[in-house]
Amino acid sequence: MLFQPLKKTLQAATIAVACAGAVSAEVYMRGNDSDPETLDQHKTSTVVEANLLRDLYEGLVIYNTRAEVIPGVATDWTISDDGLVYTFNLREDARWSNGDPVTAGDFVFSLNRIMEPATAAKYANILYPIKGAEAINKGEGEGIEMGVRAVDDTTLEITLEQPTPFFIELLTHQTALPLHPASVEEHGDAFVRPGNMVSNGAYTLVSFTPNDKIVMQKNEMFHDAENVAIEEVHFIPFEDRANCARRFEAGEVHSCSDIAAEQIGDLRDRLGDRVRVAPYLGVYYYGVNSAREPFDDVRIRQALSMTMDREFLAEEIWSGAMLPAYSWVPPGIGNYVDEQPTLDYADLPMLDREDRAIELMIEAGYGPDNPLDVEISYNTSENHERTANAIADMWAPLGVNVTYQVRDASAHYAMLRDDKIHDVARAGWIGDYSDPQNFLFLNRADNPGFNYGAYDNPEYDGLLDQAAATVDLEERAQILAEAEAMFLRDVPQIPILFYSSKSLVSDQLSGWDDNIQNVHPTRFLSLSN
Amino acid sequence: MLRYIFRRLLGAIPTLFLIVTTAFFLIRIAPGGPFDAERALEPSVLANLNAYFHLDKPLYQQYFLYLWNLLQGDMGPSFFRRDFSVQELLAAGLPASITLGTLALLTAIVFGSILGCIAALRQNSWIDYTVVATATFGITVPNFVVAPLLALVFGVWLNLLPAGGWNGGAPANLVMPVIALALPQVAVIARMIRGAMIEALRSDHVRTARAYGLPTRMIVVTHSLRAAALPAVSYLGPAAAGLLTGSIVIEQIFGLPGIGREFVNAALSRDYTLVMGTVIVIAVFVLIFNLIVDILYAALDPRVRYE
Repeated sequence: MLFQPLKKTLQAATIAVACAGAVSAEVYMRGNDSDPETLDQHKTSTVVEANLLRDLYEGLVIYNTRAEVIPGVATDWTISDDGLVYTFNLREDARWSNGDPVTAGDFVFSLNRIMEPATAAKYANILYPIKGAEAINKGEGEGIEMGVRAVDDTTLEITLEQPTPFFIELLTHQTALPLHPASVEEHGDAFVRPGNMVSNGAYTLVSFTPNDKIVMQKNEMFHDAENVAIEEVHFIPFEDRANCARRFEAGEVHSCSDIAAEQIGDLRDRLGDRVRVAPYLGVYYYGVNSAREPFDDVRIRQALSMTMDREFLAEEIWSGAMLPAYSWVPPGIGNYVDEQPTLDYADLPMLDREDRAIELMIEAGYGPDNPLDVEISYNTSENHERTANAIADMWAPLGVNVTYQVRDASAHYAMLRDDKIHDVARAGWIGDYSDPQNFLFLNRADNPGFNYGAYDNPEYDGLLDQAAATVDLEERAQILAEAEAMFLRDVPQIPILFYSSKSLVSDQLSGWDDNIQNVHPTRFLSLSN
Repeated sequence: MLRYIFRRLLGAIPTLFLIVTTAFFLIRIAPGGPFDAERALEPSVLANLNAYFHLDKPLYQQYFLYLWNLLQGDMGPSFFRRDFSVQELLAAGLPASITLGTLALLTAIVFGSILGCIAALRQNSWIDYTVVATATFGITVPNFVVAPLLALVFGVWLNLLPAGGWNGGAPANLVMPVIALALPQVAVIARMIRGAMIEALRSDHVRTARAYGLPTRMIVVTHSLRAAALPAVSYLGPAAAGLLTGSIVIEQIFGLPGIGREFVNAALSRDYTLVMGTVIVIAVFVLIFNLIVDILYAALDPRVRYE
């Protein structure tokens, strides 16, 4: 049983050895956070796969280097007046890497496949706005048809369950990428393997050696191949961020997808603007279990939030790799109001905030004489530990006694999802698409998987429902802002920091624009000597 | 001898069975499962996944299903790396781990023996002190400190060797990982050989050999080292196990595609089948290595006979 794969590996190794030393300026050595869980777009959920699949496939719409949505396989689209029917015109010259044309039928096939329960797609729910999708994925879809139809080879019609203003944004996610139906039918789940995979993006898959590298070559069939500068990309997995930094400094890789926070200051001194830190669509927060006494008291939650010195945390604990957060939705997000609601003490000096917080605690019956015991739960990580320690110090003047509960990530999130036995728990959320709904929905009462603050406010949920039914984007933004303001008054989850993306980018690499989604498709980059 | 080997191999079966069973239940006792991450899954999606991987069945059924498949040589699909079966991941990682481990073991034996001998022959000289001091350093400084230091000095500052990566197992990429991995073992073996050698050099049969006027090289290599090698040989079992655990760290730091790295990632992501697979491979290695050590022992020491 072990023989066949071993033989294949040896063959692959031989090829790899034959290719060794062929690394030239034409080969882009690209660091990635880790190996992908899979290259099957329907089974993925993280940015690691997104980075790879963005190069292999092209969706209906794509991101440019500034993370703006631009046409991909679709050249243009129309939306019906009720916001329910999207009609996409597909480009005539879109080709699969084997020369087959990319048709509307391919998208119909793909969107159906992700919803089949047998596919066991981890992130199928992101496409639930499509009519019938949720029922089919939950196995209640007998006789129901998905709202996806090929009018002809170059016209695709998608019908939604209800108006979803961020639907076009959603289609940039890797789960909406097409796959080549004939290959899936021929190879089954093995369609992702080198040799089997047929893709329609700027690159094709050449080899995948686990824990070593994924090699891709320029796809000559790609409709815009003439404008793709880089011939070959090697994606290298680096769980150890310091390893990537060393190889970057040694000139062995052209970019790193992440930097260890404690190294940022040092690397900045030595590498200057090759260290890129940019605002990112993510929030780092503490869920306060508001279903439990005494954390059901909003005064206590506000006092805890008020005394967090977010500037200190961002600058000193995270070496500037994070930004202070005074709102829940990260600034710079799409489809939102210009003046975003913030915590009302955002501009107060720390000393005043501390005085106000002490008063609130006394009102709630706590103080140095009657201390409040708080257990902070976090998942193992040096940075989370230092953050928790610093916050415990900031809470000390309130008469708060902090204890810690540390679990590894898997155990931590299982506790948050199932047992919810935390007082205060660290969590983070990286947005999938640039829309406030993608952050505000975390606090819905009917979203126990993420609602770590156990927030149960029908008024809040009602505003989100109302926003979901509002087609006018400005009106909708106002409603969402109202919901966020309500949330910030209650702070069942305390926003602490906004994430930044942290990258190392070689001077040889051009076309890398910092952007809020941290997307950098290889097709828009180029290398020089 | 053959009968002895056969008996030992037969005895390994219940040991392996115990290891498999313990590992199976231990990893499942660990809180959290393969699908618990920062991004929680929709309950309906989680149900689909659990059904796909048979996690919706009672634990004892999962256990027997796993054993049944294992007996047929099927270690199952990886929970986390869904494009690969466990066998494929192990087959992909073993060449790197075996290359690294074998080279490190050879380095440890060769350099450990040479240094140990030199130190013993020049006892209480500056050479001896240097070897002992270096050995103490090698044992006390962990390889997660040595490895990044090597990479920084030789890879980044001097730019003499690649700072990481496998590159198909190119010799230049192997130098630093092998040194970092072998260093603690070189140190242990050097100290052992030194001690045993000093004792052997004072023994009666060596004194007799000296009295007969045999050449020094013959006295050292044939008469002293053979006796002095025995404790070191019996240490090779633990040394091999040490290299296995050491390679977990080294593979991470240099970014090498071995099974040590796979093991860590699998345990952290609760990739049940992959954890089982790596545990089985490591257990088999340790069992086989211990057997080899016992056979070597018999070959080196005429007093040891296995029936």
